[in-house]
Amino acid sequence: MKSIFPFLLLLATLGVSCSDDDVSGQVAAQVSLRFNHNWDGEEFQTSDFNTVGYANLNGEKMSVERLRYLISDVTFESSDGSSFTVEGYNLVDLTNEKGLSYQLSDSVPVGNYTNVYFTFGFDNDNNQNGIYPDLNTALWNVPEMLGGGYHYMQLEGKFIDSTQTETGYQYHAIRAVDNSGEELVFEDTFFQVDLGPVEIQQNSTIAISMNIAEWFKNPNQWNLNQLHSMMMPNFEAQKAISQNGKTVFGLEGVFQE
Amino acid sequence: MKRPIILVLLIMLSVACSKSEGGEPPEYTATPLSLDVPAFFQENILAPVIPITNPLTEEGVALGKKLFFDPILSADNSISCAECHAPSSAFTDTDRFSDGVNGVLGNRNAMPLFNLAWNFDERFFWDGSATSLEDQVFHPITDATEMANTWDKVISALEASSEYTDMFLSAFGEGKIDSLKVARAIAQFERTLISGNSKFDKFLAGELELTEAELNGRDIFMDETRGDCFHCHGNPNNPLWTDNLFHNNGLDSTFVDLGLGRLTGDPADNGKFKSPSLRNLAFTAPYMHDGRFATLEEVINHYSEGLQNSATVDPLMKKVAQGGVQLTEQDKTDLKAFLLTLSDDEFISNTAFREQ
Repeated sequence: MKSIFPFLLLLATLGVSCSDDDVSGQVAAQVSLRFNHNWDGEEFQTSDFNTVGYANLNGEKMSVERLRYLISDVTFESSDGSSFTVEGYNLVDLTNEKGLSYQLSDSVPVGNYTNVYFTFGFDNDNNQNGIYPDLNTALWNVPEMLGGGYHYMQLEGKFIDSTQTETGYQYHAIRAVDNSGEELVFEDTFFQVDLGPVEIQQNSTIAISMNIAEWFKNPNQWNLNQLHSMMMPNFEAQKAISQNGKTVFGLEGVFQE
Repeated sequence: MKRPIILVLLIMLSVACSKSEGGEPPEYTATPLSLDVPAFFQENILAPVIPITNPLTEEGVALGKKLFFDPILSADNSISCAECHAPSSAFTDTDRFSDGVNGVLGNRNAMPLFNLAWNFDERFFWDGSATSLEDQVFHPITDATEMANTWDKVISALEASSEYTDMFLSAFGEGKIDSLKVARAIAQFERTLISGNSKFDKFLAGELELTEAELNGRDIFMDETRGDCFHCHGNPNNPLWTDNLFHNNGLDSTFVDLGLGRLTGDPADNGKFKSPSLRNLAFTAPYMHDGRFATLEEVINHYSEGLQNSATVDPLMKKVAQGGVQLTEQDKTDLKAFLLTLSDDEFISNTAFREQ
């Protein structure tokens, strides 16, 4: 019995190391982001697609037929100014209900964070042409004539135009590019989404809301009659989309598991 | 003393986990086969879908190929899969609608067959009604407008052939034939149909140059203010040239064939059909789900000025009110020149894909 004890101790140690830590002793937690959607507070799901019944601030009735967007580099910021970033990205596709839940690839140190934020789209270091096979597979690319890289968002649907005709819109977000001259001129349109203070003490889900109506509201009241198509090569439109995006997201809550 | 006891425990664990000798005979496994995936595919898109329930084997692919070219699957031994999916036509039919065994015509153009292992949502057919390549095989064999057979007759005919019983034995480890094994074998063969050596592929690999017209055609394809083809049909970073999704591309204002809508029952899906790949267009005429366009010129004219509006027309058909994207005649010519660079002569002449 005495001689087998070290072996049993080894097995016990292995068992302990593989089991879930109890809450009090947990030093790092698994964190997921959950993306929910609404239209000015009214829950919006895939089943709500194709209904031309949502009014934007400009008074145009509109529908959503497709909604995909990309977020990257979720960061947890502490009061001492230090931060912990989980590098990576997630393509949210409400159209096919994919990517609505994003499990961060790294464990997050438990603690009280003064701010949690992520990048809407890719920053320029990450927005390299054609380097992500899964995004290439999803045809998420931006044409090289517009600088390459990837889309940040594809929001598409129909609206009732001033002649009472259902007309398609394609509200696509990319890095702003002026291609009118010989050289492409870029302006950054990715932006940081701040969720505010978040406490992570154990495995958690951070629920995030997107108010789709906000894309058409603040600070630029969008007039789809004036601008509903071919926004990718439209430098000013891309800047306006980026400005409007900054009030689109919010923190719904943090749910401990 | 400690070490011998630990060793004994490990040996006991090892014995407990290993298969007993002298019991059941060792499980038969056919010869594993890896797909010959072009490097460009490996580097740029996700790995192909190979179901764990139907791994590729040399024997399975050989059996699937024989079945694909054998009219034994049809009710009167008159047509094989290859009858409507001819290798010389990138595995589609030059006829608008294919003849079934009784001379009955279907109502959709046969889809070409290549790069099927990269259909990640595994929705096959123009309306997505088949949910795997294996599932897809079941449809034509019993469809009254195609092979019009019954599975009992198919199995009986195959079982009467010693060559087939041997091949099924080699492929699946047992000679008993059933419909699932037939489907698995044909699906294995179909997954080997890889097209990745077009003129444009060679251009991307730096092996040749494109003409000015072809380069301009590519730019029209990728330009949101002109062709804007890329949102559904892809870009140089993706060798598939399709999103494998379903769209109403403005063919009709009212629908005779509901397409995806017939499958889902959702009116919002009416008139939606799968985006076909633009690879091998030189060989796959006629075009569209119903083969209504005999030439590429007709296809380009459709997107340029022939769009029809309807409640489900895709928002990406953005100039539907003007009839289309209004290309100039020169742009149309150049766009066609680019599209033809996506055709792969080596694919249609590959002897591995031909009846021996």
